[in-house]
This record gives sequence, structure tokens and C-alpha cells, in this order.
Amino acid sequence: MSDAASTKIPVTVLTGYLGAGKTTLLNRILSEQHGQRYAVIVNEFGEIGIDNDLVVGADEEVFEMNNGCICCTVRGDLIRIVEGLMKRKGQFDAIIVETTGLADPAPVAQTFFVDEDVQERSRLDAVVTVADAKWLSDRLKDAPEAKNQIAFADVIILNKTDLVNEAELREVEGRIRAINPYAKLHKTTRCQVPLDAVLGRNAFDLERILEIEPDFLDCGPDCDDPHHDHSHHGHDHHGHDHGHHHHHGHDHHGHDHGSNLKVYHDEEMQSVSIRLDGDLDPNKFMPWINDLVQREGPNILRSKGILAFKDDPKRFVFQGVHMILDGDSQREWKPGERRESKVVFIGRNLKEDELRKGVQSCAV
Amino acid sequence: MRRTATRDLVRSPVTQIRMAEMQTSLTQNVTPITLDGEAVCAGFFGRTPVFALANGEAVIAQIGAVRRVRLHGENAAVLTAQCHHGRLVSGGDDGRVMELRPDGSVKMLADEKGKWIDALALRDDGATAWTVAKIVSARDARGEVKSFTAPSGVRGLCFMPKGYRLALAHYNGVSLWFPNTAAEPEGLVWRGSHLDVTISPDGKFAVTAMQENALHGWRIADRKDMRMTGYPSKTRSFSWSQDGKWLATSGAEACIIWPFDGKDGPMGRGPRECGVRSAKVTRVAFHPRALVLAAGYDDGWVMLCRISDGSELLVRKPEAEKAGAISALAWSDDGAKLAFGAEDGVAGLLDLPA
Repeated sequence: MSDAASTKIPVTVLTGYLGAGKTTLLNRILSEQHGQRYAVIVNEFGEIGIDNDLVVGADEEVFEMNNGCICCTVRGDLIRIVEGLMKRKGQFDAIIVETTGLADPAPVAQTFFVDEDVQERSRLDAVVTVADAKWLSDRLKDAPEAKNQIAFADVIILNKTDLVNEAELREVEGRIRAINPYAKLHKTTRCQVPLDAVLGRNAFDLERILEIEPDFLDCGPDCDDPHHDHSHHGHDHHGHDHGHHHHHGHDHHGHDHGSNLKVYHDEEMQSVSIRLDGDLDPNKFMPWINDLVQREGPNILRSKGILAFKDDPKRFVFQGVHMILDGDSQREWKPGERRESKVVFIGRNLKEDELRKGVQSCAV
Repeated sequence: MRRTATRDLVRSPVTQIRMAEMQTSLTQNVTPITLDGEAVCAGFFGRTPVFALANGEAVIAQIGAVRRVRLHGENAAVLTAQCHHGRLVSGGDDGRVMELRPDGSVKMLADEKGKWIDALALRDDGATAWTVAKIVSARDARGEVKSFTAPSGVRGLCFMPKGYRLALAHYNGVSLWFPNTAAEPEGLVWRGSHLDVTISPDGKFAVTAMQENALHGWRIADRKDMRMTGYPSKTRSFSWSQDGKWLATSGAEACIIWPFDGKDGPMGRGPRECGVRSAKVTRVAFHPRALVLAAGYDDGWVMLCRISDGSELLVRKPEAEKAGAISALAWSDDGAKLAFGAEDGVAGLLDLPA
């Protein structure tokens, strides 16, 4: 990471439908001993029970940029607040933006790509969505906001798991995965999750786009990712010592991965993953992806890719939020590493065939 | 890149008058001042420079007798400040609007209970206006406060040259508000997010800085629009020349100076550029008597540019490799002194040679 990137203030966006437990998570973050100082941007004053010097009220003023990009909406109040917070440089280590339960995360995320002053001083770390295990399945049916928040997330806290039985939990998990198989999923009660699973994720850092595999497939029995898709219970009756290293194989309350996960298809919001052996022609791919997001941007919530470009010894990585794309050369392909390209889209009514053919047409 | 003001997409060539290699230096006429805090605003109490700092303090920098005054609460930051006609007014993230006088006395003009003060405007007669998100308040010289709720968050405001009237910049345009009348404000409409607003000294033109690295202008009489584009970043500093014929702006790697001399303002005309460097201009301040512009840059340089021939004089070239951006710049009323302050807490006072 360059000097400039490391001095930028990380920003975590906290979303979640009404009553899911956002405030519980926020209070946990602020009350836990972690040596970090946070500036918190909230929508409702008074909900936070914690003394924090830097709690700022926001208005969620969303406006469209005049750049010909119809879905390029940003949060004007956030631009102003980040500018104001910089008058307190050195007094806090990170920013947390709490959105209202009905908010679309896109304008918040786009603010960090579109406004140059904000971008100079801060970087988006991750979109964290808190979901209510008992009610999420219903909300996914009747609340488009809830679906957006799941689709957009880098980290999903599936909270209040003590209010559902195993079958219900598998069902809601299946519904989440039908929309967004890539987010890190944590099953919790009272948002008891190790804070490093929520903060410091670098989910938008191009340098950190290493693999893009569904979260529930990328770990085998020897998985050493302690934050991978596990239950974090606030009470100890399952014998976990939460907050420490969890590994698979102690599944005595049956949260099976992959094989036993209920498979759902969401009619509206899906993800499409495309893998292609061999190289892509950048002179074909770049115009194709730019044209795609121009046309389909309103429907594509998130996109990510690791690409093998012809004659390029380095991997090219990109990510996008609606119409905004951000891409760069990354590390070199390792000797013996298979040169392949992977592209992932999460969005509404995605035309899978067209996307697949589009990527394939860019093959060398 | 070309910068033009367009009404009907007529483009004219950029006028660039610059005398090559004429740069000389006034650096030996600068007295350094240590602020120990990011400068938010510079001004003068007579011939004494005064600064508002981000850390909530003010510095009255009488050479040899520097005075530090706490404006805001122990932990509060100054978000915005203005200095005008013998008073410095600051708005803090503690919700307070504080007024500092030359004798060092501080008076609280408003307490918005912890809500951030986003912008301020001062009037010659002692009136003060401030904004908290959508709500704009104007306090007249007698202390009577009137408020107005704008359609959206107000990022910038200024008093108009004539009458007790304010221009407020918000989403989709500007509202011209008479605090003492109940009438709905007059609206100048242009889609987008407007940040700062300024009115020409003759009251004929309103100009805003926009989110999209452009200025928007209106001829107030007939609402004719003008777009002033070509900036690589946002304009956050405006200054009118003393004769009202030029508007200098920051946001490019030169001072961009738009002509407002005719009845059409800069419509269909190009700006002048001066102080061209490979660093971004962050603050501009026209001399109160001569057509000389002071410019502060994001690498901490300060220069003077003469508009008539484009000649340049160096005021400050920081020793340090990574100096803070100039964040405050002001002339004394008599034009004999220039105060500048930077984000890294370094400041200085230029005495113009007689």
C-alpha cells in the first residue's frame, strides 16, 4: 500500500434494515477496548448511548452528479462532513457512517469514488450490512431496500440467530446467498462478532482483491480464515470461545456449508460469475465493460474482476459500483499460476447469457 | 484544456498574458508567524494580522506580542471563519458562532447546540449570517435573528452588496433571501450541487462553485446562465478586483480570472490566467487598490501577479519539501500588508515595500 493510501482514513459503512441491530453493533464498536478512535456519522442523534466526542448528525442528502451518469448519486452531506472532520486531523483513526434502515448504500459508496477531496483524504473500507435472521426472508420479499443492502454488502452480520431454528436459519442463509454469495457472512446474536471481522476489511482496495470466490465455497476443511462464515454467539452455550480462532469441524449445531446450504434463486437480484481460461484482449474488454456499465449500470450494483490481459505480466483488477469503475494493474502472475480471468456481477435482472458472451467475445 | 464561459457554446481562445522569466522575489519582506494549528481564515485588525485556527483558537499576530485567544470549547474545531471590518467571526463544530474583536474580547453570537456551522457571512454594519444544514440564520447589527429553511443543505452564503439580503447556495441553485421580509426568496436555478456563492460588487452577477469542477453564473436581472468550466478541481476561493471587473478563482494550476467588465460578463469570453505553476492554486485575494492578485498554492507557495502584464513576484517558497497548502490569505485594508496561513500551521506577513 502506498504512503498516500495508508494515511487515508478508512470509512466503514453500516447498513441494515430497521431493527436489525445496527445500533447494537455500533455501540459494541464504540464501547469495546480496541485503542481506535472513531468519528461516527449517524442519522438519528440520541440513539447512541456512548460518550463519543465525534458523533456527527447527517441528513442523507442524495443528489445526482452532473456527469451524464444517471445512477451516479452521491451524499452531499457526507462530502461536507468529511471535509469538516479533516479540521480534526489526527484526532480519530477511522470513520463509521451509519445509514438509515431504508437507505440505498450506493450513494454513500459512490461518494468515496466521485468526490476528489473526499477520495484524497479517506477511503471506503467496507459496506457492512446487519440483517435480522427472523425477518430478513420476509423483508427480501417486500422491501427493495433490504435486498439492496444484502446485494451491496462486503460483510453481512446475520443477527438474532437465537430467534430462529436451524431450518429457518438455513433458509435465510440460502436467501442471502442467492443474492450475494461473495460477502463474508457472520451469524450472531446481539451482533457479537470480532470487530476485525467488521472493521479494517480493505474490501475496496484493489491491492487486496486476491480471489473472488463465493464465501461458502472458498474454504475447505483446513480453512484458516478465522472470520469465515461462522457463528459468533454472545452466549457460550455452544462452547465457542467467540472472538478467537474458529475453524470448521466443530459443527455441533449444524451450520453446514456448501453442500447442505439451501439453494434459492432470487427472481430479481442475482450474481453472475464468469471464468475464462487464457487471455483477454484489453482493447476489446475495456470498451465492452465501459459500454456495459453505461447501459446496465443502474442494474449492476457491484462488479469485480481479476483479468489476464494479453502480453501483460501483471494481473489487472477492477471493481465497480453501478456505473463507476476503478481498475489498475496489480501483482505479477506467478510462475505456474494459471492465467485466467474471473468477473463477478451482483445486480438486478442480470442478463447472464449476454454477460457471458460479452466476456467470451473479448478472449484473444 | 480550455476554459471559457459559454452561453451558446461559443468558445474563444484563452488569453494568456505572461511575462516570461520575470519572476523576482519579495521573500525578504516576509515575517514568519507560528500558528501551531491549521489556518482556516486570515484577516487584519487594522494593520495587525489575525488568524482563525482549526483547533478552535484565534491568533492576533502583533509582531513581537502575539496573542492567542480561545474562540470555541476545549475540544471544538473551527469549521469556517471570516474576518471583515474589525471583527473575526468563526463557526465551530460545537454549534457556536463566536466573534473576536481587536481588543481580544470574544462574544458568542449564536449557539446551535452542537450542530455544525457550515458557512458564514459578514456585513459591514455588523450583521452576521450562518448556516446549519438547511437552516440559514441572519443576525442584524441590533442582534435580531431571522431564520429561513432552504430546500436543501446550504453550503455557501454571502451578503449582497445592496440591501439587507443574502445569497444562499444549495442543491439546484441559489436563493436570494431578504431576512426582514416574509416573501419567498427569489431563486436562481441550475441543476446540481452548488458549494460557495459570490455576488459581483455591482450586484449584477451571482457566481457559484459547483461540485463538478465548474463555476455557474447568472446575470441576476434576466437569469441568463453562464458556465465557466475547465477546472481540474473544485474552486474554493473567489476574489473580486477592487474595480469589480475581474473575478479571480482557485482550483487550477494557475489563477483563473474571469472578465466581468461588460454587461454580458464572461459570456462567450475566455479568462485570463496568471501565476501558472505545476501546483494547484488554493487561495486567491485581490489587492484592495491595485490590479494585483495574491495567490496561495497547495505546495505552500505564495505569489503576487499583476493583471496588466502578468508579471509575478514570489512571496513565499517553503523550505520544507512537504509544506502544507495555503489555506488563508488576506490583504490589509490599505493594501500595505498581506497575511497568509497554511494547513501545517505556518503563516507569514508580507510588508509591501513602499
